[in-house]
Amino acid sequence: MSLVLTLASRNLFHDRLRFVATLVGIVFSVVLVMIQMGLFLGFGRMVTTMIDHASADLWVLPKGAKCFEDPSLLDTKLRDKVASVDGVASVVPLVIGFSDWRLESGEVTPVFIVGADLRDRTLQPWNVVEGDVRALSQTGTVIVERSYFDRLGISSIGATAEIRGRRVKVVALTDGIRSFTTTPYIFVDLKNARNYTGTFPERASSLIVRFKPDADRASVLQAVKAKVDDLEVLTPAEFRSRSRSFWLFGTGAGAALFAGAILGIIVGTVIVAQTLYSSTKDHLSEFATLRAMGSSNAYIYSVIIYQALLNAVIGFIIAAAIGFGVVEITAKSALPIVITPWLVAGLFALTVIMCVASAVGAIVRVVRIDPATVFMR
Amino acid sequence: MNDSIVEAKGIKKTLGRGAGQVQALRGVDLSLKRGELTLLMGPSGSGKTTLLLILGCMLAPSAGTATIAGTSTSAADKEGLAKIRRDHIGFVFQTYHLFPTLTAAQNVQLALDIRGERGRRAAKKAREALTMVGLEQKANTLPGELSGGEQQRVAIARAFVANPSVILADEPTAALDSDNGRTIMGILADAAHERDRAVLVVTHDPRILPFADRIIEIEDGRLVGERRGGAEHARMPKAAAFP
Repeated sequence: MSLVLTLASRNLFHDRLRFVATLVGIVFSVVLVMIQMGLFLGFGRMVTTMIDHASADLWVLPKGAKCFEDPSLLDTKLRDKVASVDGVASVVPLVIGFSDWRLESGEVTPVFIVGADLRDRTLQPWNVVEGDVRALSQTGTVIVERSYFDRLGISSIGATAEIRGRRVKVVALTDGIRSFTTTPYIFVDLKNARNYTGTFPERASSLIVRFKPDADRASVLQAVKAKVDDLEVLTPAEFRSRSRSFWLFGTGAGAALFAGAILGIIVGTVIVAQTLYSSTKDHLSEFATLRAMGSSNAYIYSVIIYQALLNAVIGFIIAAAIGFGVVEITAKSALPIVITPWLVAGLFALTVIMCVASAVGAIVRVVRIDPATVFMR
Repeated sequence: MNDSIVEAKGIKKTLGRGAGQVQALRGVDLSLKRGELTLLMGPSGSGKTTLLLILGCMLAPSAGTATIAGTSTSAADKEGLAKIRRDHIGFVFQTYHLFPTLTAAQNVQLALDIRGERGRRAAKKAREALTMVGLEQKANTLPGELSGGEQQRVAIARAFVANPSVILADEPTAALDSDNGRTIMGILADAAHERDRAVLVVTHDPRILPFADRIIEIEDGRLVGERRGGAEHARMPKAAAFP
């Protein structure tokens, strides 16, 4: 094995205080980027949670609808036009919208109503931990997320409240269906949803289209688009992408997360560059000796690059451990941080690039070394 | 047959600019032969170190040519000069310049590592070089735990290990006491006589004159005298040279 790695590691570990300062910089930077990107991914998942759990082949939406929560409405008469397309198995209206939940105490809290025709099973509550979804077919019944008990002023299944002046009873509970807006989702039957959101009977928020099993998906998509050219016809992937793009970039939330991540990268690069430069400066006489002995510039660069890589690997391992701890802690929060294998791989690559880029200053300094300095007394 | 390994002809070197300009070397002709230990002596500011830097391919002459093992240094760029040093020259510095975080053996092995010689063979060569300077027991010791004389012996082992044809030593005994100085000069003289290297030692130290085969004197940038050494190393008791 080459002595380059030995020399690099000894240079690095020789000054423990500086090494710790370097690691703190890298760990701070990587954890910051990891959390920002994890929030970005978590946010991206949360904003599409309803789309992800809907059994849809196509979404028919009002023109210009930006996301699942968009309050625009369409005319349900179009339902028949879409249903007449060859290859379409069902077209199910969905009614969503904000409403008021009045507690027994008289307090009011905003809620987000999600109402679909339960018989079609296009968008039903999932992760039901108590009660029965079928009970929603009865008038005045709702399903709520149990982590919102405090917000809704209830403590168990069977509790009652009022939505838009209508008495409702909780018939089932879900676990983990949290809203990124922090407004609790309330699952209801389509008919009740119209009452709770004040939507006229001929109106709906969207139409969920399902294809027949043997349908040619591309041609059905084109046919549906042709039938309702004054509406938006999106595949689930397109709808997801549009929702994410609206919430993450249209609102500036994503830009803020990215800005935080970029700040982390800059801070990390500057800290590593400074400590690496200062370490190189301290070892200049050794690098000059190497040069005097006849070593190539590439050999000397490799010592500095190895130092940068060692910083990167050790710093990343510590940062990853902290990052996974944060993931555990936020798993049940309103906005969980999501760390995927790709994010981990990307962050490792970013850490390596950051540390190696930080070595440039040190390398530029070493390039200017005059080997003759070893003869200065 | 010309057995000169280093040839310098008409070397001139001007240092500084404007009013501060100094003619450090004013036309030096010098050759170093294999199997010979040459002392370069002169007062401070005489141009000893400047000449050593030019022969060591670390400084370009203002005029004249230097040839190391048949390779002219005139056309070489920085990397080319580094390659000449790597291939042909071993250095011994006054202040040793060992790597404090590496063991004695690793310090010696580093000279092989920069030449691409790695692995067990390189480690064995490094140990053999340390044995040659009598430090086989200190192979795993860090420089900070060695005496000045021991550190200089490690530095000499490092200079020899890659088998260069030329050894350039800058005041190798200046920081050492008599016993250690004698030991160091004995090793350098052995390198010249028994291993057929050309050894040039720049020094102020009159105690090492008896180790020299040839003594060259330099003054005001010119070689002003050359004589054979006072006693052949092989024929004199080493201890007698130092008081």
